[in-house]
Amino acid sequence: MQTWILTKTRIRLALRNKTFIFFGVAMPLGFLFLFVLIFGHGQTDMIAYILGSVLTITVMGSFWGLSVQLVIFREQGILRRFRLAPVGAGPLLASSILANYVLVLPAVAAEILICRSAFHMQTWGNVPAIFLLVSVGAATFSAFGLIVASVTNSMQETQVINNLIWSAFLFLSGSTVPLAVFPLWIQRVALFSPATYLATGLQSAATKFVTWEELLTDCIALIVGLVLAFEVSRQIFRWEPEAKVGGKRKLWVLAALVPFLIFGAYENRNNDRLDQLHKNFRMLQTQSAGHHTQDSSDTSPDQ
Amino acid sequence: MSQPAIDISQTSSSAPQTGVIQVSDLKKSYGDVVALRGVSFEVAAGEVFGLLGPNGAGKTTTIEILEGIRTADSGQARVAGLDPENAGTKLKEKIGAVLQSTALPDKLKVEEALTLFSQFYKKRSRTDPQALLRRFQLDEKKDAFYKDLSGGQKQRLALAMALVNDPEVLFLDEPTAGLDPQVRREMYGIIEELKSEKKTILLTTHYIEEAERLCDRVAIVDAGKIIAMGTPRELKHRSAGTTRIEVRLARALGDAVLKGIDGVLDARDFEGTLVMHSSNAPHTIVSLVKTLEADGNELQALEMFSPSLEDVFIELTGRRLRE
Repeated sequence: MQTWILTKTRIRLALRNKTFIFFGVAMPLGFLFLFVLIFGHGQTDMIAYILGSVLTITVMGSFWGLSVQLVIFREQGILRRFRLAPVGAGPLLASSILANYVLVLPAVAAEILICRSAFHMQTWGNVPAIFLLVSVGAATFSAFGLIVASVTNSMQETQVINNLIWSAFLFLSGSTVPLAVFPLWIQRVALFSPATYLATGLQSAATKFVTWEELLTDCIALIVGLVLAFEVSRQIFRWEPEAKVGGKRKLWVLAALVPFLIFGAYENRNNDRLDQLHKNFRMLQTQSAGHHTQDSSDTSPDQ
Repeated sequence: MSQPAIDISQTSSSAPQTGVIQVSDLKKSYGDVVALRGVSFEVAAGEVFGLLGPNGAGKTTTIEILEGIRTADSGQARVAGLDPENAGTKLKEKIGAVLQSTALPDKLKVEEALTLFSQFYKKRSRTDPQALLRRFQLDEKKDAFYKDLSGGQKQRLALAMALVNDPEVLFLDEPTAGLDPQVRREMYGIIEELKSEKKTILLTTHYIEEAERLCDRVAIVDAGKIIAMGTPRELKHRSAGTTRIEVRLARALGDAVLKGIDGVLDARDFEGTLVMHSSNAPHTIVSLVKTLEADGNELQALEMFSPSLEDVFIELTGRRLRE
């Protein structure tokens, strides 16, 4: 009940916040238009792949927004006021995740609809799979954001840590540059990143290069990550700006990374995911090349 | 060697019969800084009890331990029969509080804030947010964002929020700090209303006027310990028969000269203002003027005050409260 009350309030506050509108809605749509402009080249098959990437960036944005908001609430003494009411850290954190999830959905829907209607994306992809990955991903990355907010002691520190993690997520997930073009060792490192599971899952789901079975690993990795990250953030949650998290308690953060270390080791060992990544990328290249040939022949002066 | 607290109330009829708040030998340190050095007091049901002291005296630490948002290093505390450290939500259901430093999200509206916080409590104890809006004259501002409220309105909202659960005990930590005198008087009116409703209130303040006007009993706190406790009248009785005379002079007076002035019981220099306590103010003033004339000194300003808690504080600590 308390979680729901807080969720409603958080959604209301976010919708009144211009920063949220910019970072949560305008920026992901900006990425979409930019990627289509740079990589789309009018190839409708490529649009689905771009959509998967943009959806990943939108969902991962949960991480950034939530950590910053929680730190602001703590630094301004807002959390202190909540602490005096009979509200625990659990409902407060759960409401952050739920509100964020609800707020991500319209942006996701807008991106899919724009791709389909404005950029003539030929497939809807695997919509239930997209929905599942967006749901699990938004919750998991929100929980990561809550952890960052709990371990950092100031907004400045939060911004630095966020920038570092966000950059790693962006460039190692394949959401900006396809993972398949990186050297093999980077691809292997990327298999330890939670963002990779979200990105490869969403790119596959958007392009329909996926079966439910193949999505299982992505979903399990993200769900286990979510459960652990939520519990860790609850354990190290701080109401007061002056309260600091001790060195030993910071080790809890490592617990949230355990599933990705395990899945990373597993994926590196059996190579299935890397093979799939390369296969998908080749397929895209082939389709893209086909379109180029088609385009060239369409415009050939000989005709 | 620390001076023992003077508990005037223990020998008077004003001592509490049953303690809704019971504090015994509370100690707390932040690293090397000792915030509380064994604080003990009781607050009876329906009583307004004030912790009066300068900044850093340990008032906020005491109140936050009682609210359950800080833990004491040692000592015992009970609020409404519960241990604040372990009672969790049970305690929160029974208390209301205005924190010294707190805030709400900028874009939360006044009515939304009251509704939101009232929903956290059990239905049977909830106060109607609309009634609180009217009572605290916030009904016209109910759709205003928190960021657009004035300091006084924010403080009225904080007080209204502290009452959403019709609390058994109310904690007010510096409820009028930073407010202009007019708004402060408005707040006094509201607190006096709560007092007439027999709410048990523990308030902290460094304003003498606030403690004298609002509190049934006052504990004067300094450097983490209570140095005197009783009703404002009882405490002021310590300085009965004396008058505080504050003067500003062209040149400082030497100790030997001061001792020669009639009726002066004690005299201290606070940043250029000479504060004297006199057993016979007219004689002291005449004597002072004569001494100044003889010394070639000049009287720039003179003010006289009847005994207040400020005098008790000066007498006990040798310092002024606002230092």
